[in-house]
Amino acid sequence: MGPHLGGEPVSESLTKEDTATWARLNGVFWAAFLLFSWTAASIVSGSVIERIRSSAFWILAILIGSVFWVVDASWGWHPDGWMVQLLGYHDAYTSGVIHAVAGGFALGILLVLGPRIGKFRPDGTPRNIVPHNPWMVTIGLFFIYTGFWGFYVACNIPLFDIQAGEGISFSAVTIYLTPTTLSAITVNFIMALTGGLLMGYVISKGDAYWTYSAGLAGIIAASSGNDLYHPIQAMIIAALGVVFMYKLHFWVEKKFKIDDAVGAVAVHGYSGFFGVIIAGFVLWGYPTSPNTDYATINPLGQIVGAVIMFGLLGFLPGYITAKILHGFKILRIPREIELLGLDLAEYDHRYLSEGEIAKAECEEGGDIKWIQDKLGE
Amino acid sequence: MTTGMVENWVGTVSQLGPIYPFVGWEFFMSILGLAGWIGWHVWQTRFESKTYEEDLKRLTKKEGG
Repeated sequence: MGPHLGGEPVSESLTKEDTATWARLNGVFWAAFLLFSWTAASIVSGSVIERIRSSAFWILAILIGSVFWVVDASWGWHPDGWMVQLLGYHDAYTSGVIHAVAGGFALGILLVLGPRIGKFRPDGTPRNIVPHNPWMVTIGLFFIYTGFWGFYVACNIPLFDIQAGEGISFSAVTIYLTPTTLSAITVNFIMALTGGLLMGYVISKGDAYWTYSAGLAGIIAASSGNDLYHPIQAMIIAALGVVFMYKLHFWVEKKFKIDDAVGAVAVHGYSGFFGVIIAGFVLWGYPTSPNTDYATINPLGQIVGAVIMFGLLGFLPGYITAKILHGFKILRIPREIELLGLDLAEYDHRYLSEGEIAKAECEEGGDIKWIQDKLGE
Repeated sequence: MTTGMVENWVGTVSQLGPIYPFVGWEFFMSILGLAGWIGWHVWQTRFESKTYEEDLKRLTKKEGG
């Protein structure tokens, strides 16, 4: 993958042109797919925080990031993947291939891992454990929007001859080698973000956390077909996806006592699932590939595809692996450590000395009484 | 059934023009988008006013004991 211009083909099945193209692009694809691998694992991390053991999480992260997402990409995110050929599966910006699979995987783990202590009242109703610092959450989500933009471009080959010999015409193409434009995906990204944010504000009644998360969910809901949607279609699909994921999140939380700490199963899993299916209806009949023998995009193929992504390659492996880790008693941190707080348990000496210093500063400044009064001590 | 005008991605693809689904519905979609946008502002303003009214009621109650 170093500086290499191609040279003679290494096998008889390759032409000189193929060898030259891939010698120049391999490193780009490798690094972009590595980023997707990290993304899949980081989606899972948000759901399981505050009670999963790092050792368990790292095993799970390797499985979703280096095994299951790779399998699903070769099945449904490759110009010759069997899902593309037989089902007419289309998922240009990975609603299913990254988001649904990681969301499903996280849900499988959560079912075994259980909720954080205190998440549910004795009568079973959920408590809302709010973010400790809403502004850090806001900044984090804005970073994700920015990164997502780069992710969209990384899903394309930016310059490709789409006419293959019938007069040269360069355009961006998707991973399936089907044409789109950088202009279209830029505008559709923004419109999907807009639709998600607007609907997120309405449905969460102005909750900042869910509004910004819904922006992300909106993009994910429109991502399957954002190479082809009209911008207003992208906005409407995003808004509908947000309604679906928000309602489903709270229903699942209440009904099955699932504690999805940052709503990642909802934002990525449910929105991704929705995005794959809706693309089957809106893009019904579109060719999935320059190869005319392949199935065209259709609702049934997308529904089956969504189930494969979320259920077969996401939920099921997550659940089974979590069960095994639970069997070895290495899935969840001890109850006492969770009650104390992972940070306090890990850095107790640091916090103790910080406490001493703070106390000394207060005593020297004469403000200790004021603080005690404020704390009601 | 097909929602778009693209039959295949072969040949002189650059001559296709718009490749999004439901070509011909642009005006309707624009009106829908505009209505949604204006509707959002109307809803948001009403929702904000209601929130302030509820806050004021609560604060007034507290002050009154």
